This record gives sequence, C-alpha cells and structure tokens, in this order.
Amino acid sequence: MSGPGKMRDDQGQLKQEMLIFERGGSGRVGCTFPRLDVPEVDPAVAWGEEAVRGEIAGFPEVSEVDVVRHFTRISQHNFGIESGLFPLGSCTMKYNPKVHERVVRSPGFAGAHPYMPASVVQGALVLMCRLESALAAVTGMDRVTLQPAAGAQGELTGVMMIAAYHETRGDTQRRKVLIPDSAHGTNPATAAFCGFDPVEIPSNSRGTIDIEALRAEADETTAALMLTNPNTLGLFEDQMETIAEILHGCGAQIYCDGANLNAILGKARPGDSGIDAFHINLHKTFTTPHGGGGPGGGPVAVREHLVPFLPRPTVEADAETGVVHLDWDRPDSIGKVQGFYGNFGIMVRAYTYIRALGAVGLRQVAEDAVLNANYIQARLKEHYHLPHDRLCMHEVIFSDKRQKEHGVTAMDVCKRLMDYGYHPPTVYFPLVVSGALMIEPTESVSREDLDAFIAAMVAIAEEAKSDPAKVRGAPHSTFVARLDEARAARKPILRWDPESGED
Amino acid sequence: MTTTNDSHGPGSYQPLGPADRREMLDVIGVEGFDDLFSSIPEGLRYGGELPVEEPLSEPELIRYLDELASRNGPASGMLSFLGAGCFPHFVPTHVDALIQRQEFMTAYTPYQAEISQGTLQAIFEFQTLVTMLTGMEVCNASMYDGASAVAEAVLMARRLMRRGGRVLWSEGLHPAYREVAQTYARHLDVEFELLRVDASGRTSIPALDDDVIAVILQQPNFFGVVEDLRAAGAVVAEASAKFVVAVNEPVAWALTVPAGELGADIVAGELQSFGNGQNYGGPLVGFMATRMEYVRNLPGRLAGQTVDAEGRRGFVLTLATREQHIRRAKATSNICTNTALCALATCIHMSSLGRNGIRELALQNLAKATYARARLADVSGIGFPFDGPHFNEFVVRLPIGAGAAVDACVANGIVPGVPLGRFDAAREHELLICVTEIHTRDDIDRLAQGLAEACG
Repeated sequence: MSGPGKMRDDQGQLKQEMLIFERGGSGRVGCTFPRLDVPEVDPAVAWGEEAVRGEIAGFPEVSEVDVVRHFTRISQHNFGIESGLFPLGSCTMKYNPKVHERVVRSPGFAGAHPYMPASVVQGALVLMCRLESALAAVTGMDRVTLQPAAGAQGELTGVMMIAAYHETRGDTQRRKVLIPDSAHGTNPATAAFCGFDPVEIPSNSRGTIDIEALRAEADETTAALMLTNPNTLGLFEDQMETIAEILHGCGAQIYCDGANLNAILGKARPGDSGIDAFHINLHKTFTTPHGGGGPGGGPVAVREHLVPFLPRPTVEADAETGVVHLDWDRPDSIGKVQGFYGNFGIMVRAYTYIRALGAVGLRQVAEDAVLNANYIQARLKEHYHLPHDRLCMHEVIFSDKRQKEHGVTAMDVCKRLMDYGYHPPTVYFPLVVSGALMIEPTESVSREDLDAFIAAMVAIAEEAKSDPAKVRGAPHSTFVARLDEARAARKPILRWDPESGED
Repeated sequence: MTTTNDSHGPGSYQPLGPADRREMLDVIGVEGFDDLFSSIPEGLRYGGELPVEEPLSEPELIRYLDELASRNGPASGMLSFLGAGCFPHFVPTHVDALIQRQEFMTAYTPYQAEISQGTLQAIFEFQTLVTMLTGMEVCNASMYDGASAVAEAVLMARRLMRRGGRVLWSEGLHPAYREVAQTYARHLDVEFELLRVDASGRTSIPALDDDVIAVILQQPNFFGVVEDLRAAGAVVAEASAKFVVAVNEPVAWALTVPAGELGADIVAGELQSFGNGQNYGGPLVGFMATRMEYVRNLPGRLAGQTVDAEGRRGFVLTLATREQHIRRAKATSNICTNTALCALATCIHMSSLGRNGIRELALQNLAKATYARARLADVSGIGFPFDGPHFNEFVVRLPIGAGAAVDACVANGIVPGVPLGRFDAAREHELLICVTEIHTRDDIDRLAQGLAEACG
C-alpha cells in the first residue's frame, strides 16, 4: 500500500504529509475578501450561460491553518542551503543573504508595473543600469542585457545574437557550433534550438579542450565555439589565447557559459580572453535563491560588435541628467526573449549582493571558493580517484573508480552522504568522467564544516570496502527511501486524480 | 580596540578567517593565492581592483536600496490600473511567508528526490491544480513566463505537426508574447499571420488551409474580451492544425469554460496573478499544459508519483528524456531553470483560495471592472472600441492621445492604464484599463474623475 500513514521507524516528527487535495472539508476557505462595494455581476448574464463553468472539481477546500501546516510540513522534507553543506558542483549553492529578501519586498520595487511610465519607475531603472555596469565591470565586457530569465535563456540570447551578427554580414554559410564534450546539456540544446549543427570537440588528457581537434574542426562554416571557462571539470582553459586565435581567425565567435564565474571573480575577466558573448547565472555567482529550480537570472555580457543585436528594450541613462529610459528603437535587435524586461526581483537581489561585497569582497569570494575546493581535493584524493591531479578552480571532480571495485557507485556515495546530513555533490556530470562526483563547496562554508564533510566522505569510502551493502541501500535516514524512478517514467502519474483517490 | 570595516561585506557571508586560510593553503601545499590561481595564464590574470561601487554595510544597504525603491511611484501609494500580463492582485501574507522558508527558497532543483520531497510534492500539487483550472491532462512544473511559454507552444505545435507552416494568431494575443515567439521562431520554417478582432473584440477565424499548423487565441484576450473558444475550437477541429490557447489572466479561468473542454491541444501562459507580485515584470510564472498523448513533446520539468524502496508514496522528476541534460541537442527545449518558487506561491495561493475562494475572487474582479466600465461610460468623450464581454480589463477610446492622458493622470498620482499606441499606432487613443479586487469603489471613482479631467 502506498499513501499516508506508513512511516519509517526513526522519523519522529518528520511525518508523511497527505496531498493538499486529501486535506480539508466542505466549505473551508483559506483567504478572506473585502465586502463587495460595487454591484454584483452574474457572469451567466454578462457572458451567456454557455460561456461559464461550474465549480472546479477537485479543488481543495482548506483553511489558512491547513495550508500553513501542509506546506510547512512538506518543506521539512527538503534540504536547503541553511540545512547544511550543499556541495553541488556546477550549481554554486552559496548562502542567500537575508537582507536580499528584505529589500526586494519594498513596495516601490514589488508594486512597480512594467508598463509604468519611465518617470514613475526611475528607482527600478537606475538599479538596472547600475547592475549592468557592475556586471560589465566584473566580466570586462562592453555591454550587458539583463533580460534573459535563466542561464539557458542567456545562452539562447547569446547564440541568437551571434547568428544575427553573421547574418548581418551576409556570412550565411556558418552552420556549425563547436562544443567541448564536457559541456552542460543546455549548450548543444541551445545550438540546435537556433538551427545550428552542434559538433563535439574532445577534451585532452589534461581535461581542457583538445587544441588540435579544435583547429581541425574550425573553419569558414563555423558560427561559434560554445565553451565553459573555468570548464565543467573545474579547470581553467589555459589555452584561451590560442583558442581565440583559431576561432577569430576563421571568422567565428566565442560564446562562454558563465556557470563557473564564481571561481574567477576579480581574478580574471572573460572579456580579456577573446570571448564575444558570456552569460552570467545570477542564481549561482550572485546568490539569488535557487527556489527549488528557479526563478533565475541569465544576463548576457557582450563585446561592442554584438551590441546592436541585444534584446530590446535596452536600458539607457542620459549621461548628463542621469535620467534612465527604455530604448525600444533597436532595429537590429534579435527581439524580446521575455514578456517584459527579465526577472527584476532577481536583479534587485544580485545588485544588493554586489553592493555588499565590493571589489575586495568579490575577489575574496573567488579565493575562498577555490581554496575550499582545493582543500577538499588535497584531503580526499587518497580516498577517491582523481582523474585530473592538478590544482582545480572552484570545484573538484572525483570518480567512483575505487568504490566500483566493491560494487559501490557514485550514486550510492551520493545517497549515503544524505545519511551523514549533507546534500550530495553532482554525479555523472561531466559526461567525460565515468562515475563523476563533482564537488563545489563554494565560499559559504566554515573550516569545521569542511572538515566534517571530508570526514563523512572518508567514512563512506571506508564503508564502501567494509559494508558495501549499507552504502548501496542508502539513504537510510531520509524521509523516504530510494525512489523508483523507472516506475515513475513507465507509468507516469503526473497529477492527483479525484476519481481514483491517491493513486 | 580598533573598529574596522572588515566586519561587513565578505566577512559576514564567508566563514573562513585568515588563520583558516593560512592552514588550508599549507595543506594544499601552495604558498599563497597567486599559486592557487596559477592555472590562469599570467596574461589573462586580472591584477586590478574591479571598478564596482564601494561596499556597504547591512544598515547602509537597506537605507540605500529603500531610497532607490522610494523613487518608484508605488512607494508613495500611486494608484495603478495596469494589468496587461502583470496583474495587481492581493497576495495573502501566509503565501509569502511560506515561500521564504529556507527549505523551499534555497533548495536546488529536486534531482535528489529523497531530500527534495517538499519541492516535488508541491510541484505535483501545482501540476494538478493547473490541470483542473485549464481542463487539460498534464501541466509542466513551470516555464519562465507567459511569453516564453507561448513561444515554446509554437515550437511544440510544430513538433506535433512534424512540419513547418503558418501559425495564425489573434491580435488579441499579448503583443509581447507575439514578439517573444517571433524571436524564438527566427530560425524555423514558421510564418505568423495576424487574425483581427471584430467590433465585439473577439477574434474572427477563417476556414483553415492545410498549411496552417496552429491557431493561437488568448483567453481573455489582450483587450480584456472573453473569446468564444467554443466556436474557435470547432473551426480548428475541422482542420489538422493544433489549437493553442494562451492565458495571461488566469483568474478569469475560475469562471470561463476550461479550454481543455473546448478542443485545446496546448494551453500556455502566465499564472503570476496567483500568489505573485508585479516586481516590475518579473519573475513571473510561465506554464504549459497539454493532453497526455502529447506529453513526450512537452518541454520543461515534470514531477511524477512513484513509490520508494519500502513501498511508500513519493515523487520524482520524471520523463527526463525530453530534457536537455539527458537528450542534449535532441531535447524538446533547452530550458533548465524555470520559476519553481513562483509556481510554489501560485500553488499555495490557489490552494488557499480553493473551490469557493477562487470563484469569489473572479466574481469580485468581474464586478469591479463592470462598475468601472459603467462609470467611465458616463464620462463625456470616452467611448469603447469593443462591445464584447470582458473580465477585469477593458479598452477605452479617449478624445486625446492615451499617452498624454496617462501623463496628466500621473501628475495626480494615478496610472490609469496602458496606452495601446505603444503596440499599434492605429490605437493611439486607446487605453487598456485593469480593475481587480484590490481596487475600492473610491479608487475607481478617482480613476473616472482623473480621466475626465485629463480629457476635459
């Protein structure tokens, strides 16, 4: 039997919570309304009876207390950044400062409507201008659009701008986009989305782009290279100058995925290494909350020659008066990618963060993030196979090679870490490392927490030898045991069905 | 004892101290940070100090950000009648309190299901609520916003048809949604053709040629008019094209016959009205819903029910073979991050409203807008381009340019509506007005008086 009521032995207060649809009773409401101060209108009269629906079958009938208890209880089945170390590689799960939530809720920001005249929303527009300038400074690029709602949309925007750039020059034979084999899945998906043919470039034995393979593939049919730097192996592409020569030499552009910007804040600027377009994940480097999967922010920074193609409208400040307006008259723009101007609420948080840190603070972020990753690498490389034994940037990639000898996989290690009170690292990514365990501690972790995490990883490595079944059966102490993902995909149940009850 | 500025900025968010750093560098076996960053070639290293503004302490930050916010009209109680895809609705206090629980707010995408059951169950409930509201069989875990969701719906319809062709869309589809869809379809074999609305404000649909792959209507449409989806659905059903219904004001759907019952193949749009503020236009809550037979063509994440190793009900992200992290170049979309936390707010607000509250909310919106329209009908010089049924928005035609009317009203602390000339020069005298449950009768009377003075 599935469903509520059945619990693991040691769960204590962490009880199963029914679905919201299984709570409540007839006539309960969780909101109040002011008394209507205008005449009532019957929609059946105003619109005609055939246009009006009845009550929504299956909708909950719950009080505010029911709702608050329900969502509080299910929230306790989650692990957040404040729950403990969250070393999720490639995702930069750093502390989300509380002050961000305070400032973004000012009525002046929260209540601003995107179609208010510019004169009424100068505060919002000035903030956008300053955030753009700060991001241009951090990346060493010429101009920034804040419109894309997430990294993947930033990629889309950047690659579309590159496509428009080639088109405008009549350079229409460029069909290929080169992508290293260590790339995020969004990169090839984005290239395909824009009508390009993604071509994979292998990594070399040092974990960086194979320059000869790149040279062989780059030609007059290449639109762009999409790379990530530092790359997803946590390594800096130290041949950037050569890479830029090869690509620019054949008239192609360089797009850089900025997922790993945290590692180089104040240490290196993408604009100095020949990159033409670069996206920034505000929800990673600039610590806006991940929210269980979003919302994010994916600004794109570009060099001068791509500025005409930026999504419209752009945000423009008058040099003399400082008055800011939206410029819609952008004839070469790729158009809009969001209904309005992007995730403004996320921009407020990111700008607040930059203002809290300043130049010295931003550089300290990169230093601590890289220090922590290398410290973990140094302390764990005796216990876990390290495919690339060299200094890493902000994340370190181990593999499960040694644990596999005992039948324990990266996924098992990851589930067992939950029993020790940690969020697991990213596993099986990048694809170029078999059984990858990708650890990104970020700068938001104390020495004692790092040591405790390392001790847990060592203990699991020992368990893999002494009691592999225990590791394979993990997690043992979480709210639910390992879930059957194959069953979910085979017979998808994607909503609660009022007819058949819980299942 | 000296006071220093070191206690703010990096210090407060970064737990390592100087002694920790020294010891850790020793463990790693490097001299200092220059060595640690030695993989960055000398020529690419940045030696300067980034030209960003001076750091501020927390009290200074609050004062500074509040000052910026205070330059926006709503800080001083400006009365706004702007909707157009970003609606002013009351958000119950408990909705915002619950989404700020760190377990929800700071959590990652729930790939590790065993420690993400809260997010997964909430997504499952969100998906269920939206299918109930729309009459569809399956809904994804959210998209960026209504505009990009409609753009993705165009791409999905093309995939379902397995060919390019013409997409007919109503001028009653939000102009920004159309612009984003055009951006998304730039590199595809899709052509868009505009369907005009008639004097009622409803879209007229011609008989469809074979090369039409999709017809897109918005309910209620951009002019606030309730479309006759039944008639439209019947026309589309005669052809092979897909019927896409867009939405930017989902509160209306508590009263309208759900599109799923009227032949919709895809419903795509915006849910910001439930649980989310306006925030200068983002973040919002895009979503896409469809029929179960099309689920493998649906972009975005999906939560599904399963069981754990001990037989208990649990939830996981599922059907991921549609997505970029598995399928890479062959994925249905490149979307990864969505707007999960905003969708959670929507889920909590819809649950709180429930079966009775959602109807009450919609009825109040209808009543307030109806009263407002009647009050404005009494103002001399103001007319109405459309006479069809409306929900909480309607268009007025003014004797003067709508932009000038807005400027005059703003001087009196009122933003009366969205001038439609910004989207269509032929509509320079038209203003789109939104009235919801947050507006009192007095507010509406002030609007009427403000517009009367502006036009007088």
